[in-house]
Amino acid sequence: MNIVIIDYGAGNTKSVQFACNRLGFDPILTNSAELIKAADKVIFPGVGHASNAMKILQESGLDVLIPTLKQPLLGICLGMQLLCHTTEEGTTNGLGVFDVDVKRFSDAVKVPQMGWNTISNLKTNLFTGLKNDAYMYLVHSYYAELCEDTIAQTNYGVTYSSALKKDNFYGVQFHPEKSSWEGETVLSNFLNF
Amino acid sequence: MLAKRIIPCLDIKNGRTVKGVNFVNLIDAGDPVVLAKQYAEKGADELVFLDISATLEGRKTTLEMVLKVAEQVNIPFTVGGGISSIEDVDLLLKSGADKVSINSSAIKRPELINELSDKFGSQCVVVAIDAKQIDGQWKVHLAGGSIPTKLDLFEWAKEVENRGAGEILFTSMDHDGTKDGFANGALSKLSTTLNIPIIASGGAGTIQHFVDTFQIGKSDAALAASVFHFGEIEIKDLKNALKENNIEVRI
Repeated sequence: MNIVIIDYGAGNTKSVQFACNRLGFDPILTNSAELIKAADKVIFPGVGHASNAMKILQESGLDVLIPTLKQPLLGICLGMQLLCHTTEEGTTNGLGVFDVDVKRFSDAVKVPQMGWNTISNLKTNLFTGLKNDAYMYLVHSYYAELCEDTIAQTNYGVTYSSALKKDNFYGVQFHPEKSSWEGETVLSNFLNF
Repeated sequence: MLAKRIIPCLDIKNGRTVKGVNFVNLIDAGDPVVLAKQYAEKGADELVFLDISATLEGRKTTLEMVLKVAEQVNIPFTVGGGISSIEDVDLLLKSGADKVSINSSAIKRPELINELSDKFGSQCVVVAIDAKQIDGQWKVHLAGGSIPTKLDLFEWAKEVENRGAGEILFTSMDHDGTKDGFANGALSKLSTTLNIPIIASGGAGTIQHFVDTFQIGKSDAALAASVFHFGEIEIKDLKNALKENNIEVRI
């Protein structure tokens, strides 16, 4: 199977690649539109600042390409947030795949949220093999609100979308590559679709 | 609910674990990768590697170790020790470290915190602070706690937060090595005056000490070395005890 991790200079792509390797897959890291279009599965990671990441995507034309992809795509962390409509981080427009806005956590909680929190109300076969309230590793200051596309939710001062799905697009706020065997289960489910 | 984190800390020199680590059934107790995997399986939430290599060659070996840990371990880890530039951090993150921890270099040049959080995001910038009480005042210390500075712990911690740190790792030099409990008074003050996570370090000796640092010290995470390395406290037992005390943990 031909798996591509979009490598656009905003993410801990190495850890995602290593996690795929542990599951017996050998993804390629690339920002080439040709290779991304030809892939069976696409992983779209990302950490850092949303407006910086969007700028890089725009410069390479990936902002136009990504929403048109037809194969299963998994956005991770900032990757998921960039697939949303808008984000308060740098008041940036996202790619608009998920029709939901990304907001900053209020100061009633410590920001960033850093550590292990539970995901619940799990929907779709992305979570096959996991029990409700499985712990996942999260590091983020912004969150996607609950919406029609929500397939997992988490509470941190507010209940928000910790995973989203629309058509062939999946997004997870947590880091499956860093969330022990539970995270690897999610990644494995996606890679084996 | 967000769980409280348990973090074993490993000292690394030239890519090898130092200070005796006494796991049963370990063929090579000096191999940080093997140890890291064991800790991940035992239920550790995160790992911290503190590089105490004194030479450039030693630090290169550590970079290779970081790559191997990232390949094989499926929980997050932080690397600290001797980091003083954007280039140092870039290399560590590219090798697969999730976070870096800076200490003396941030005291010498506080702008480094801004530069790192702007470039890599505050989520991967941990600022470690070593402090001890002098005449009733918590004073920040340099170079592993050996050189006092004029900085007040709480003022420095606030500045660190304002400059973009994502987390603070606070070690009380008064408690470190005593196995007499964490510095819960100072920790509680840090945790309630700042709005970023606080990791407690220094003083872990018993399971009750961990209960106390979460309940009284209001810490978000607790770091320890020898109690874990020598099997004095098993992470599984610790987490079960924390859960019995109604402290949220990942089991």
